[in-house]
Amino acid sequence: MSVSSVDFTWLIGGPQGSGVESGANIFSKVCAEMGYQIFGKREFYSNIKGQHSYFTVRVSDTNIHSNVNDVTLMVSFDAETIFRHFDEVSSTGGIIYDSELEDVETDRIHTLDSPFKERLHKFLESKNKPFTIAGVLELAKEKGVTLYPVSFKTLLESLAHDVDNQRLRGLIRMYNVIGVSLSLGLIKMPSDSLIHSIDMIFSKKPQIAEINKQVANYSYNYASSKFENFEYRLIGITKQPNTILVQGHYGTSIGKMVSGCRFQSYYPITPASDESVYLESHEILQVQNSRPGSTAVIQTEDEISAMGMMIGAALTGTRSSTSTSGPGFALMTEALGWAGMNEVPVVITLYQRSGPSTGLPTRHGQDDLLFTVFAGHGDFPKIVYASGDIEESFYDTGRCFNYADKYQIPVVHMMDKFLSSSVITCKKFDPNKVSIDRGKLLDKIEGEYKRFAFTGDGISPRSRLGLDDGVFWNTGDESDEYGHISEDPQIRIKMMDKRMSRLDLISKKIIPDDQVVSFGVHDYTIISWGSTKGPIIDAQSMLKKEGINVGFIQIKLLHPFPGEYVQSLLKNAKTLIDIEANHSGQLGKLFKQNVSREIDYFVLKYTGRGMTSTEIYDSLKKIIENKATKREILSHGA
Amino acid sequence: MALKLADYKTDVHNDWCPGCGDFGIVNALQMALAEMGIERDKATIFSGIGCSGKTSHFINTYGVHTIHGRVLTFAQGGKLANPDMTVVAVGGDGDGLGIGAGHFVAAGRRNVDMTYIIFDNGVYGLTKGQASPTLKLGEKTKSLPSPNTNYNVNPIGLAVASGFTFVARGYSYDVRHLKDLIVKAVKHKGLSFLDVLQPCPTYNDINTRDWYAGVDLAKESMERHSRIYKLEDSHFDPIVHYAEESEVNEKLSQALIKSLEWGNKIPTGVFYQNELVSTFTTRLTDKIPNYLENPPASQKISENGLPTTDVSELLNSLEI
Repeated sequence: MSVSSVDFTWLIGGPQGSGVESGANIFSKVCAEMGYQIFGKREFYSNIKGQHSYFTVRVSDTNIHSNVNDVTLMVSFDAETIFRHFDEVSSTGGIIYDSELEDVETDRIHTLDSPFKERLHKFLESKNKPFTIAGVLELAKEKGVTLYPVSFKTLLESLAHDVDNQRLRGLIRMYNVIGVSLSLGLIKMPSDSLIHSIDMIFSKKPQIAEINKQVANYSYNYASSKFENFEYRLIGITKQPNTILVQGHYGTSIGKMVSGCRFQSYYPITPASDESVYLESHEILQVQNSRPGSTAVIQTEDEISAMGMMIGAALTGTRSSTSTSGPGFALMTEALGWAGMNEVPVVITLYQRSGPSTGLPTRHGQDDLLFTVFAGHGDFPKIVYASGDIEESFYDTGRCFNYADKYQIPVVHMMDKFLSSSVITCKKFDPNKVSIDRGKLLDKIEGEYKRFAFTGDGISPRSRLGLDDGVFWNTGDESDEYGHISEDPQIRIKMMDKRMSRLDLISKKIIPDDQVVSFGVHDYTIISWGSTKGPIIDAQSMLKKEGINVGFIQIKLLHPFPGEYVQSLLKNAKTLIDIEANHSGQLGKLFKQNVSREIDYFVLKYTGRGMTSTEIYDSLKKIIENKATKREILSHGA
Repeated sequence: MALKLADYKTDVHNDWCPGCGDFGIVNALQMALAEMGIERDKATIFSGIGCSGKTSHFINTYGVHTIHGRVLTFAQGGKLANPDMTVVAVGGDGDGLGIGAGHFVAAGRRNVDMTYIIFDNGVYGLTKGQASPTLKLGEKTKSLPSPNTNYNVNPIGLAVASGFTFVARGYSYDVRHLKDLIVKAVKHKGLSFLDVLQPCPTYNDINTRDWYAGVDLAKESMERHSRIYKLEDSHFDPIVHYAEESEVNEKLSQALIKSLEWGNKIPTGVFYQNELVSTFTTRLTDKIPNYLENPPASQKISENGLPTTDVSELLNSLEI
């Protein structure tokens, strides 16, 4: 770490439901308010209460797009967090922990699963340490980590005594605020920003805000007066104008509002439902020079229904969408083909998680690429488009709706759990950079109308259910120009050709920069897609600082695959590295199918945890130093 | 210009088997649309898969022939996005009560203002006569290798239990009565369900036209003895008149009991009607006051290719 720059990673952990997330929200908000860029990431079990969840917040004075392996400061109010994460804290870092926990043995923590416990015991045995918190902390200390023990219980008791409010004693749900405030006190972050953030977060509950502020102030002062020897200071920098603090699903949610999506049907599924719930929470929309609009958000009985309802709504000319994850998308595929057959513009936002089957339901994965590209029986055109980060996903949502309308096809917009559970600072979304192009959607009909009329470009003027004189028919059977069933072989050829010709049109019409983004092409060049973008570009800059240039092309349009364009972009690249979060290197397969070149190295991760830039940096170094195997498998993260 | 019955017919060749009960239903539906004077471009017929799925192609309104079992999902989406449109969904009993049974129940809970007609013949005709959900346990229609091993679904009972607010049964060979029922169903405020008994002359050799007409019973008693009778002829009051639990429960129970009647006496007509339950539209309007005046399909979303939705307040709240 160079002296001039700030690169600080804070980790808070605790049982699910104990306020880890709200603690992290306060910390993130404070850091963002003080001008820093943040990249936060939540990891959690498929569980409501009790299992271990944790949040890392990386703080920097420059733009960051990923996590790193090392934790600078860990704060924990439970023993499990220490057992699971003590080893991630860097030698110059610190651990703030509840000193009441020192004697806790691993066997007392029921949520420590046995594979993890066995690994930990083996490790502690090899180091000759007892299976206790004191044991693991000793190891951390030996490594150089500074320990900051504080009895959370005593702290609350003395506060209760000082302010003469006995209700504060034993108020365990304050432990998260204590943790955050101790952390901020230690790094000397100005305390008024902490108080301000608490006021903002609890703006509707002034009494709760008051107690929280008391606890926060007290803990903050405790740390800043008692804790010593920590080399990291985050005292604030100049705020970047037009910066917003956003959660993972805000890009597609606000993107849908701006793009004019007015109907969203969905069935609850992690990690996609947050988007639908957010849309419903903001269902009434302000419209320039007009009466308010609204999004009808309909929770359905299953994903099949979500898909059917969305298509029904889209047939009325309404921009319509659904949001789901792998298992839900699997159920949608029959109707996806219907939408393709009937040339219905719909957008399916696919927040991937780890499969197969239920897989790791609350963890990350990019293993639905091939399934999505090939989803549905029979040949029909669709677009598969992937966003690389939250900011991008806002603008991409607009693009997806335009593609759907212009080419009259279903569009699958691929997102993932890495994105959905990130919290980041980024440039404020700019709705003026979004355009709305409804393609050949008609407002009135002149003359005889045929919904599937043969036209020069394969796209027919589109009526909508309820439009005067625009009567048409749809069917999942092959049909004639009116939409009536036809099994005529000549009609079949013409209709298949009409629909499928769109794939060429799409490849030609979508501007190249929206198909593939090049972050430079060098001897070693990475190809990737989706949320690996962040850690890749951060690893790229880490290497650049050492004078090593590695190229990267981010493929956004995955179907129809821009084979020729990608091939031409890569002509000066000598070694190709495919980086993605799945087992089989799915993009690599697609690449091979469309570009006549071999991938030289695969960097893959399928633990369900997102990639860090450190991991990518390390594997790229190995590749460059010729020490890598063909498949480099990453595994960082608890 | 007033529309005539002929205006609701397309020139698509109807390829149903001669004597198919479906003809009566499509005729009754066209007659009902003509009687109500619903403009062709203000109605959409959604249909499922199978013989009955072709219905939408024979009616000259908007027609959406969907996929197996999912017709209600498409139809509800269309209606919710464009609530001004008259929506009728049709499908077979296999479609609606077999593969689509989950949607049937969920639709009842929603009570979207539209109509669902099931063409109920006890067999999967287009796949050559397998047993469908309404075929009775132990019955063996002619193409079954062995008697049916499943208990039958009670469509009326299921509709009543699921929250449909208009539940009726028609018979496809009593076209006028069926037309009247369709008119009532479409005019009903809420989700209306019509179970239409419809003999499949090719594959169901048990519930035939003659069987419904009671020809077998007539042989015994030497007098005409149709199995079908009309509830309205029997002083049956299906309507929930006031929103009290006792009234609702009484009307629900009586409908359920009536739905169990089968064999020598088969009731048709309205089993249950309750317009005191809020429709889904009303529930949406409670949250989105101008939903009906400015529904999804009518909303202005852009001007000169630029979005008109104003999210500045939301974005400002996220600004640091």
